[in-house]
Amino acid sequence: MTSPIVIRVKKKRIIELLASGKRTDGRGPTDYRDIKIESGVIERAEGSARVLLGKTEVIVGVKISTGTPFPDVPDTGVLTVNAELVPLASPDFEPGPPGEDAVELARVVDRGIRESKAIDLKKLCVESGKLVFVVFVDVYILNHDGNLIDASAIAALAALMNTKMFKYEVVDGEIVKKPGYTPLPMVNYPIAVTFAKIGDKILLDTGLDEEQVMDARLTMTLDKDGNVCAIQKGGGSGYFTKEEILDATKTALEKTEELRKIVVKG
Amino acid sequence: MKATKKKTKKETETLSKKKPETLVDKKGIRLDGRKLDELRPVKMEVGVLPNADGSAYLEQGRNKVLVGVYGPKEAHPRHIAQQDRAVIQCRYHMAPFSVDERKSPAPSRRDIELSKVIREALEPAVFLEYYPKTSIQVYIEILQADGGTRCAGITTAALALADAGIPMRDLVVACAAGKADGKIALDLMDTEDKIGDADVPVAYMPNLEAITLLQMDGNLSPDEFEKAINMAVEGCKQLYVKQKEALKSKYVVEEAEE
Repeated sequence: MTSPIVIRVKKKRIIELLASGKRTDGRGPTDYRDIKIESGVIERAEGSARVLLGKTEVIVGVKISTGTPFPDVPDTGVLTVNAELVPLASPDFEPGPPGEDAVELARVVDRGIRESKAIDLKKLCVESGKLVFVVFVDVYILNHDGNLIDASAIAALAALMNTKMFKYEVVDGEIVKKPGYTPLPMVNYPIAVTFAKIGDKILLDTGLDEEQVMDARLTMTLDKDGNVCAIQKGGGSGYFTKEEILDATKTALEKTEELRKIVVKG
Repeated sequence: MKATKKKTKKETETLSKKKPETLVDKKGIRLDGRKLDELRPVKMEVGVLPNADGSAYLEQGRNKVLVGVYGPKEAHPRHIAQQDRAVIQCRYHMAPFSVDERKSPAPSRRDIELSKVIREALEPAVFLEYYPKTSIQVYIEILQADGGTRCAGITTAALALADAGIPMRDLVVACAAGKADGKIALDLMDTEDKIGDADVPVAYMPNLEAITLLQMDGNLSPDEFEKAINMAVEGCKQLYVKQKEALKSKYVVEEAEE
């Protein structure tokens, strides 16, 4: 943990810089750092992607197994998202079961995929009420340099788009593998953008320095049609005004389109 | 992930029977007779727990929420203490009997996330810098849930903090708006939330015009989102009046009959 005094000094410096229109690394307020996406990095996984957002690094692996559906949606496949803040990624991460930050990260990524209906889960039903495919999305943070949410959401989407399912036929209620693979039935492409408020300025894609001093953050996930499908405010003891939020919606609309082009093209 | 329990055929039938076909009728009246921009009936009371430093109880529709506040007191475990301010330890917890199917009392991932966002919704209101190295504990118990419990929890927790005499910039009040049958509606109850298309919980400090919690799931166009957030803020303002009444009513002395 960085001491509160260091953070106070940092905050003063960052706010001074922002007042003259600058960020610590020279970017503009809505500029993202360089994004590198590499798909299929883990051969053992059905789908995977490694994403570098500046120095923030995330791997997402997708595994697929079979299971029983939830009784209220018997003809729908199951999606589960988990996130690990791996201790090697930051001096602030510790071994042990997921803490509230990891749980929040996983649930924000989950909400984006689920609410945008990115995967056509009905197509993952083998036998209604009995047998469906279960898609496990595991987010693995390898280096923490800020904006884990956006990096993880991009990596999750890239990994899902990279996912191959084996072909199968059903014989006496059992799945029998056939040669060949099909892609996951992807029908939407949600992108998350996270705003940070520092003083009276609002920035996108914060680095770790900025994240340590931010007053609050706001994540908006938009689908391919420009509809909002998930929002999460968090990250500190600050707040947003209604006007700031509505402005952010407009910026999010432009920015998610821009980012989607990078991810969906691969 | 496996479903924990298979429902018997009969149970499934009664569940599907419960599922209404429309949430909003042609006149814009909802299942429980409310208009689109109408809150559920609300009852609030402070100072309900003798042992707690501050407490409050709230009923909003069929939601029943009890909050106890302890502190500021020495932070425990000590490593959570901050040198320059107090920390809020917040636990959102649902009673096992609060929902249709018994909920395990162990914290779920949802509970962990909600405890975090509720804490972050309350923090901007409290003068934490007045009490360095201490902890303020906020325990939220959902005794009965019917949709919108995180908002009900925040509204009640702010009352309990005020009841504990902890200095605050403003009360925090929370309310959700959402989309049911394609229409934007205020304060969704459970059925509307489950079948509806979107839910936008908002926490608000009316005097500062500050939004301290904002979440959303579902699908809304940017215009619908704007409408929902405006409606939720208006709902918050109505609840704010009742919050202040509840705080004052604790100190009203009934005149003794001569």
